[in-house]
Amino acid sequence: MAIDKKTVEQVAHLARIELQPAELEKLSLQLHDILGFIDKLSVLDTAQVKPASHILPISNVLREDKPHICLTPDKALENAPSKNGNFFSVPKIIE
Amino acid sequence: MELNQLTAHELLDKLKNRQVILKSILDALYARIQAVEPKVKAYARFKPNDDAGLNPQANGFLGGLPITIKDNICTEGLNTECCSKILCNFRPPYDATVINKLKSSGGSIFPLKANMDEFAFGSSTENSCFGPTHNPWNLECVPGGSSGGSAAAVASDEAVWALGSDTGGSIRQPASFCGVVGLKPTYGRVSRFGLIAFASSLDQIGPITKDVEDAAILTRIISGYDPSDSTSVNQCVPDYTDSLGKDIKGVRIGIPGEYFIEGMDAEVKLIIEEAVNKLKSLGAVSGRVSLPHTQYAVPVYYIVATAEASSNLARFDGVQYGYRAKSDNLIEMYKKTRAQGFGEEAKRRIILGTFALSHGYYDAYYLRALKVRTLIKNDFDAVFNDFDCIVAPTSPTPAFRIGEKAADPLQMYLSDIYTISVNLAGIPAISIPCGFTKNGLPVGLQIMAKPFNEEMLFRLAHAFEQNTQWHKIKPRL
Amino acid sequence: MKYQTVIGLEVHLQLKTKTKAFCGCAIDFGQTPNSGVCPVCLGFPGTLPVYNKQALGFAIKLALAFSCQIQEHTKFDRKNYFYPDLPKNYQISQFDLPLSRNGYLDILSGDKIKRIGITRVHLEEDAGKLIHESNSSLVDFNRAGVPLLEIVSEPDLNSPQEAFDYLTNLKNIIEYLDVSDCDMEKGSLRCDANISLRPEGAKELGVKAELKNMNSFKGVKDALTFEVSRQTGLLESGQTMSQETRLWDTDKGVTVSMRNKEGAKDYRYFPDPDLTVFIIEQAMVSLIKSQLPELPQDKMRRFMQDYGLSEYDAKILVSSKKNAQFAEECIRKYPGTDKKNMANWLIGPLASEANCRKIDLHELNVNKDELISLINFVENQSISHLSAKLVLAQMIDSQKPAAVIIRENNMLQISDTAELEEIISGVIRENEKSVNSFKSGKTNALMFLVGQVMKKSAGKANPKMVGELIMRRLTDA
Ligand SMILES: [Mg+2]
Ligand SMILES: [Zn+2]
Repeated sequence: MAIDKKTVEQVAHLARIELQPAELEKLSLQLHDILGFIDKLSVLDTAQVKPASHILPISNVLREDKPHICLTPDKALENAPSKNGNFFSVPKIIE
Repeated sequence: MELNQLTAHELLDKLKNRQVILKSILDALYARIQAVEPKVKAYARFKPNDDAGLNPQANGFLGGLPITIKDNICTEGLNTECCSKILCNFRPPYDATVINKLKSSGGSIFPLKANMDEFAFGSSTENSCFGPTHNPWNLECVPGGSSGGSAAAVASDEAVWALGSDTGGSIRQPASFCGVVGLKPTYGRVSRFGLIAFASSLDQIGPITKDVEDAAILTRIISGYDPSDSTSVNQCVPDYTDSLGKDIKGVRIGIPGEYFIEGMDAEVKLIIEEAVNKLKSLGAVSGRVSLPHTQYAVPVYYIVATAEASSNLARFDGVQYGYRAKSDNLIEMYKKTRAQGFGEEAKRRIILGTFALSHGYYDAYYLRALKVRTLIKNDFDAVFNDFDCIVAPTSPTPAFRIGEKAADPLQMYLSDIYTISVNLAGIPAISIPCGFTKNGLPVGLQIMAKPFNEEMLFRLAHAFEQNTQWHKIKPRL
Repeated sequence: MKYQTVIGLEVHLQLKTKTKAFCGCAIDFGQTPNSGVCPVCLGFPGTLPVYNKQALGFAIKLALAFSCQIQEHTKFDRKNYFYPDLPKNYQISQFDLPLSRNGYLDILSGDKIKRIGITRVHLEEDAGKLIHESNSSLVDFNRAGVPLLEIVSEPDLNSPQEAFDYLTNLKNIIEYLDVSDCDMEKGSLRCDANISLRPEGAKELGVKAELKNMNSFKGVKDALTFEVSRQTGLLESGQTMSQETRLWDTDKGVTVSMRNKEGAKDYRYFPDPDLTVFIIEQAMVSLIKSQLPELPQDKMRRFMQDYGLSEYDAKILVSSKKNAQFAEECIRKYPGTDKKNMANWLIGPLASEANCRKIDLHELNVNKDELISLINFVENQSISHLSAKLVLAQMIDSQKPAAVIIRENNMLQISDTAELEEIISGVIRENEKSVNSFKSGKTNALMFLVGQVMKKSAGKANPKMVGELIMRRLTDA
């Protein structure tokens, strides 16, 4: 399966990464090569194979409904690039 | 020998017997760092004349002995940036579980963190926002990656021992390139809580040490069930030092044909064959085995790992922590932050992973990769029915030159060809020094075992080490 | 052309656990922003989720109450999208293997019971809260990570009223289960609606609109009502509709299209590698099933069977868990054989007292023994029904026993024939005209005469006896 510039552009948008035209150009070619290499998987017949989304046979890991100690707002916001009082602050959402 | 050159278990003995005090060890380490760090650059954010203010308590089993930590393992109040601009100045408000375990064993966390490929994306430690680390054996070569800083620090005696993380070979390959010991434990053996995720289903934290005994000690300390990690396994941790000094008579070692293929360095091949003969001379029984889906490991890995990474790294968006680009529009802020904050390889992998999960491509790429992952795991299960472990090279080549593969991501990806299957199958594997090329670059021997059979790795690796001298040879810096 | 309305509802329900879904932060609303948070629910790098056992228990309980099939294998997936209230930029949710499927809810629609299919009930986590200011948005993560259930109905609802009834019934059942506060105004229950119209008799569904931003059941009904007429208008004027999301504006009473330039969403769902699968054993399901409280439908049937109540009465009494409990206590205490008498009191006078006081039936501060004694006074004709209502009101206000209030107010009925005859004689004398018109066949003159007697006796005469006595006097003569 080939990947074209337009697809790379759409995917970059989904991933919220701005690409300069030169980057887009280069990346499209690189991804084309990488996917070409990955396409060798398609020769395998996997119709009867179960996907290994978890490699471990463990299941049902749960936690008791017991409270722990929370961070203080100061600690929670300590690393924030921008804050307003006890809130994290982000630029206006323009869809 | 200087104190900084000794192994952790030698230093622990000396501390216990009061032949040395902790401060002398630290002084020796700092002196060494001042002397060689400008050449090696094993540490992120290193500033000359910086003693980094370590003030350890000389108590507990480890007696305050410092451990060097990779920059992707969270240390409370201590910068943890994954060597990425996007996490600049990030100080975690908590310690990773392994850090807690080290502290409660009396270890002290070395205040300088080890350099790495940004977010562990790489096999050369060239992808660090702090610049590349140099291989102590040849400064023009890479130390391997992504835990290249940890491996180089241990190899150059700038660290007693270190923790790295291994997603596709990131502990074993740099250990091999730097002539030290590196272990990737069974998936679920060591808690991932506090390890900044690259690929959650593949990542494991493990030790990088000067010898096998140190690896056994450190693995025991960091292993064990953690209720904060759903994927950690509740199984008791044996004292791995019990596996040391045992003979290996009758141990069945499988040699996978698929690992001795074209593209493999001839010298490496010879050195590995000699190492296998050494193991046989010590009583191991070898046989040829087949892991037929080996050639698919790299493509499977670059789908599974990048897909998980694309989601794991979505949180780096300039809202709660880290770098934020200036913009008065949210979406633009996201896009600029991530464009400026991530390096080239990180962007490449995020976009590849996003593509593999996106509508219309999921079945062809992600789902198919998960299925082939099952086939790869089945290959190992079949071999372990008849063999106690698998012995193979850690890397097809010794350390390559800085810049040599930087322009060709696919060539770089292929350098992980012998290490990736282990992560996909979730099994443990160790890399130990087993010789040098004519140019003086170390070569690593990789031993793999069944899940939760780290004991077999230590037993075999220790027997080999005790009957060879490779681990005792030091780089000249 | 006539159109059929097709509605499906998506309800998001916050579970009433002590702590969040994937971390131990206590759920406690109305506190300072970002005070109920930890590295896990803030999406800090390196943190990992572990699911809340109680949340799973609550979810299974709820799914069973709606007769859903609990799936043996269930898992968490990541729903990937960027939004500042989503700390990890993915929501942990369920995609292809939800907790449960194929349930239903019977609603009373008009006087018929209608079965509404429930497609699935799945587990997920809540997002934080955003406050929009003029140039920026503020983020509070206190709510981020609260356990949610998503309850998706089949498109079986055919009118805004049915949607309203569905929600009321749903809420009632959930209250019985005690797994959520179910308060739409506080946001612990949220509802989105999908609505489309199709020509009567058509099989294919029309183009749907997804309605959001309703914050009460009435709001849902109003938004749907608006949408029915909007879509009817479009269809009748031959315009084509486009699938879109529309926001309900409570103040203006209209839905407004939420234009987004995003195009089709691509959430890139994939299994969350940080969480394990869940295998839900039949034994566990049976255990939870056996511990389910009596649900409204069952309670209604039991009330009808055990206490001989009509379906109508029983339905009213079970429409809230607490009222049903109150009613049953009253009915059980009531010594009479016809339990319907007590039911009439509960639905009649008691309900209207509660109504006047703007409280719920069960909140009425009335002593049940005194209530029964009051009912006895009426049944043995010591006081009139009318007086009894006054006594009841005073009982609630003053907490005095019924007998005391009756005595103090001199309310005992006159049931003594001689005494009544004397009053009747006076009334007949003074109302010759009415007497004559009764005799000429106008029977409602009798009512007037009885009324006059009641008036003269200050309401204390036994009206039944008065009627009989007047009748006998006038027909005998
Ligand atoms: Mg949802
Ligand atoms: Zn939390």
